[in-house]
Amino acid sequence: MPAIVMCASFVGFGALVRHAGLSVWHGMLSTATGWGLPGQIALVEMYAAGASLFAISLAVAMAQARLLPMTITLMPVLNTGKTPRWQPFAAAHLVAVTGWAVAMRECPDMPGESRMPYYFAFAGTLWVLTIVATAAGYALAGAVPAMVNLGLVFLNPLYFMLLFVGDVRRRARALSLGFGAVCGPLMHLASPDWGLLATGLIAGTAVYVADRQLGARRRA
Amino acid sequence: MRAAVPEALQESSVYWPLILLAAGAVVTYAWRALGVLLSGRIDPDGAVFAWVACVAFALLAGLVARMIVLPMGIVAETALLDRLLAAGAALAAFFLLSRRNMLIGVAAGSGTLILLTWARTELGL
Repeated sequence: MPAIVMCASFVGFGALVRHAGLSVWHGMLSTATGWGLPGQIALVEMYAAGASLFAISLAVAMAQARLLPMTITLMPVLNTGKTPRWQPFAAAHLVAVTGWAVAMRECPDMPGESRMPYYFAFAGTLWVLTIVATAAGYALAGAVPAMVNLGLVFLNPLYFMLLFVGDVRRRARALSLGFGAVCGPLMHLASPDWGLLATGLIAGTAVYVADRQLGARRRA
Repeated sequence: MRAAVPEALQESSVYWPLILLAAGAVVTYAWRALGVLLSGRIDPDGAVFAWVACVAFALLAGLVARMIVLPMGIVAETALLDRLLAAGAALAAFFLLSRRNMLIGVAAGSGTLILLTWARTELGL
C-alpha cells in the first residue's frame, strides 16, 4: 500500500518533468541518483523558473536535509557490527520516507544478520519501482488530454500536503509547516530565485526560536 | 577581467540539465553519507537537528503552498479558486471520507481540479 502511493507520487513527478521541458532520461536519472521527491521537485521547478546553479543546489540541499536525521537514526538499526563497511553507504542511498518508516518498524524485531538484506530488498524494490513510475508518468503526460495532465502535475503538491498534515503532532513541526506555507508564496513574489531558500531559513529559524521560547516558558 | 562563462554552464546548453541533476545527486547523497558517518555519534534529539528539521519543513511547506497558490507551467492556467477547492477536497477526502488514505486524498484533489477546470472551459462558468 505505501508502495502504491509512493509510485503515484512519482507518476506525478514524471508528468512534472515533461512539462518542465526535460526528457524522460532526465527524470529517470533524477530518481535514480537524487532519490527524494521534495528535492527532485524543487530541482525541476527551479530549473523551469530559470534559477541559478547555486540557488538550485542550496534549495535541493535544504529540501533533502531530512535525510540526515533519517539516516542517522536508521543505521544503528540496520548495522549489527558484522556488516562490511561499504554496506551502510549503499543502504544510505536507499533512504526515503516510505522505506525508512517500514524499516524502523520491522527491523528491530528481526535477527541482526537479516536486517541489511531485508532493507536492500525492500528499499531497493521501491527505488526501482519509482524509476519506472517516473518514466510511466512522463509517458502518461504525453498520452492523456491536457486536462488530465493538470491533475497529474497537481498530484505533487497534494501528495506532500497530505503527508505533512497527517503528521503534525509536534508543535515545532506544525508551526514550521504553517509559517512556511504562508511565507512561501509571499517570498516567491519577492524573489523567484531566492524565495524558497529565504522561506526555509527565515520561517524555520523563527519557528525554532519561538518553539524554544515557548518550551522554556512552560518549564519555568 | 572577468572569465567567460563556460559553455556547458549556460542555460541554453544541452548539458545544463545534466549539470543540475549531478549537483542534485551530490547534495542529496552528501546528507546520506554524512548520516552514516555521524550515526551513533550525535544526538538526533539535539538542538542542531531541531533547527535543521524546522528549516526543512518550512521550506517544503513553502514549496507546496507556492505550487498550489502560484503554480508554474500548465497548472498556472487554472483558476486559483479551483486549486484551493481541489486542495480542500483532498483534505476532506483524506480526513473525513477515508481513514487517512493518501491515495483517495490525492485522487479526490486531482479529480476535483480536473472537473472544475473542465466545467469552466466547457460550460463557460
